[in-house]
Amino acid sequence: MTASTAPSPDTAATRGDALLRVTNLTKHFPIRRGLLQRTVGAVQAVDGLNFEVAKGETLSLVGESGCGKTTTGRMLTRLIEPTDGLLEFEGRDVTHISMRQLRPLRRDVQMIFQDPYGSLNPRHTVGTIVGAPFKLQNIKTEKGIKRSVQDLLELVGLSPEHYNRYPHEFSGGQRQRIGIARSLALRPKLIVADEPVSALDVSIQAQVINLLEDLQNEFDLTYVVIAHDLSVVRHMSDRVAVMYLGKLVEVAGRDELYTRPMHPYTTALMSAVPVPDTSRRTKRERIRLTGDVPSPINPPPACRFNTRCWKAQEVCRTIEPPLVELAPGHQVACHFPENPDGPAAGPVLLDTPRTRDDDATA
Amino acid sequence: MSQPSKPTTEASVAAQPDTSETGDRAGRRRRKSAATVNALDGIGGLGAPAPDSFLSVRDLRVHFPTDDGLVKSVDGLSFDLSRGKTLGIVGESGSGKSVTSMAIMGLHKPGTVQMTGSIRLDGQELVGSSPEAVRLLRGKKMAMIFQDPLSAMHPFYTVGHQIVEAYRMHNDVSTSVAKKHAVEMLDRVGIPQASSRVDDYPHQFSGGMRQRAMIAMALSCSPDLLIADEPTTALDVTVQAQILDLVRDLQSEFNSAVIIITHDLGVVAELSDDIMVMYAGRAVEYAAAEEVFERPKHPYTWGLLSSMPRLDRARIDRLRPIPGAPPSLINVPSGCPFHPRCAYADRTGGLSQSQRPPLEEKAPGHYAACHLTPEQRTAIWETDIKPTL
Repeated sequence: MTASTAPSPDTAATRGDALLRVTNLTKHFPIRRGLLQRTVGAVQAVDGLNFEVAKGETLSLVGESGCGKTTTGRMLTRLIEPTDGLLEFEGRDVTHISMRQLRPLRRDVQMIFQDPYGSLNPRHTVGTIVGAPFKLQNIKTEKGIKRSVQDLLELVGLSPEHYNRYPHEFSGGQRQRIGIARSLALRPKLIVADEPVSALDVSIQAQVINLLEDLQNEFDLTYVVIAHDLSVVRHMSDRVAVMYLGKLVEVAGRDELYTRPMHPYTTALMSAVPVPDTSRRTKRERIRLTGDVPSPINPPPACRFNTRCWKAQEVCRTIEPPLVELAPGHQVACHFPENPDGPAAGPVLLDTPRTRDDDATA
Repeated sequence: MSQPSKPTTEASVAAQPDTSETGDRAGRRRRKSAATVNALDGIGGLGAPAPDSFLSVRDLRVHFPTDDGLVKSVDGLSFDLSRGKTLGIVGESGSGKSVTSMAIMGLHKPGTVQMTGSIRLDGQELVGSSPEAVRLLRGKKMAMIFQDPLSAMHPFYTVGHQIVEAYRMHNDVSTSVAKKHAVEMLDRVGIPQASSRVDDYPHQFSGGMRQRAMIAMALSCSPDLLIADEPTTALDVTVQAQILDLVRDLQSEFNSAVIIITHDLGVVAELSDDIMVMYAGRAVEYAAAEEVFERPKHPYTWGLLSSMPRLDRARIDRLRPIPGAPPSLINVPSGCPFHPRCAYADRTGGLSQSQRPPLEEKAPGHYAACHLTPEQRTAIWETDIKPTL
């Protein structure tokens, strides 16, 4: 275990009630070429994450596509095995445990997938889909599986009569509810929800968000939500972790992050969110990030954001900024953080003009 | 190849000079565009098109016969759009947004669709025209940006080849001139090293670059009407912001009419002059953007605005979703199609359940299809909705 050398993570460590603890979590996907399939490089999808998830809280992972959110989510559920680092669930090291040992863990850690069309087997009835976890885990419920499944369907707002129907008979929102019912079947402690509402219409999205909140209160669930919609994230999360190119760049409490974003990347993300208010469009000054996220095969040296950052200076290209706590519970990895002295005045929708240097990255 | 598009060129040249407002973008955006919202009498009523309207749709109906029954995807839709203006069409999936845009582009397969009503593009009637006639309009007269650029581009040909093909369709130029133009367009939409990337295949581009390449392709013949169907839904916010800026800049440069179709109210607020809210194949609200966001008149619009979490407001503890789900387009509910989900439908004395409300002018230039009386509406908006947004 190389984990022992990793820096010790944030304040939650002292709280001692972490359900999940991640130390130096890393996933590199090897790139193989040639006849002998020699490893010629690696996609550094996730590179040295440190964070904790406390019991009962909702932690969101946000960032652009390709930043490693989903890979992280899949490591947390052990759908893929980390290359390096330590993954502890309830204090137990589960980083490299075998398939056989994983089985009990699967009861406690479940996943909700993004695509309600792709994640349900079209040839299975709703009853089979939602009842599958019981069968796989060889669990006998007191009322019988069928009854338990119908209870679950009712719990997520579907009718028990839907038991014998097939997924294609349902709308996107209803399918997502089926997926949620399945993930709840074994009464898990942690649910990793990968973009749970991004495929849904606005009105349905709100229904599903409310459902997830109700279930969290009822069953004392802990959520790790992976999302890219910053408004949804603010609504659902207690804490937010912002990722960029496989690294954490900022971790903070929800209110703290949204009133006082410190990492330039976070401010840029927030300023890019379109707001349903026509009076804002003339006066709003956007930070325009140019270009795409660089390739994780060959990430920029030192601070990985330096190629798109308008504040970048020489030090950003030579020394990697560590993730340090700049305010209580607020960690940032930046040499030149924004709002270092206190919360930004007013809502952080960046009505204040700021200098930006678009040419820097052209 | 250029022969059939002659009248088009003349028309666009004729339309080009009166672009006194292109320079003053901010001024143009702020100006109330109620003029474009021309008199629409009743449900898809055939009010005379506004004199300056470039696209006028009147009582458009697009129905698909299926084994289960007739799917009324669009059922009586009317609107106008002038050059240099942007119309935002908002609605949930299945509300008929995309079917409308496909109908304008003539992309519905003949034989599978029953289309009635009128779509007049620059004076030319499109409903009932031969597919060949409509095909010749695509590219120069109208162009479309699709949601998913990977499936909208041919994987087998280079990006440059596809732009060249579209450009040469409407311009009698050599391949090398067209290629130069393609490089120019790619450069224009912000593709780095355009002269070498022009020979790349679509799969070699990232999502945002592919979307930009498709925009370059759509704009290569400087179309008079640009339809963007969920242009940024698959993209990250940072890239979305770039694409929206790009659409806005190019529009003011070419003075195109733009239709932007999306379910994201934030995106339409950024771009649109007018907004049309669709529900179950009909327009339920249609007005200038400022009106729709500041004084919305339809309960469905209220529902949309209340159900989304907003970054520009204090966080609320609980979202207020619209109950239920969008209706089946085969068995559209009687009366107002929204009444099963509407919290105020019981206040209309049974009208909402029995009669389909016409799209009426509730305030100057502000159309809504709802049975609530003006007093009821004002009371509900002021006390129930506005304070909670």
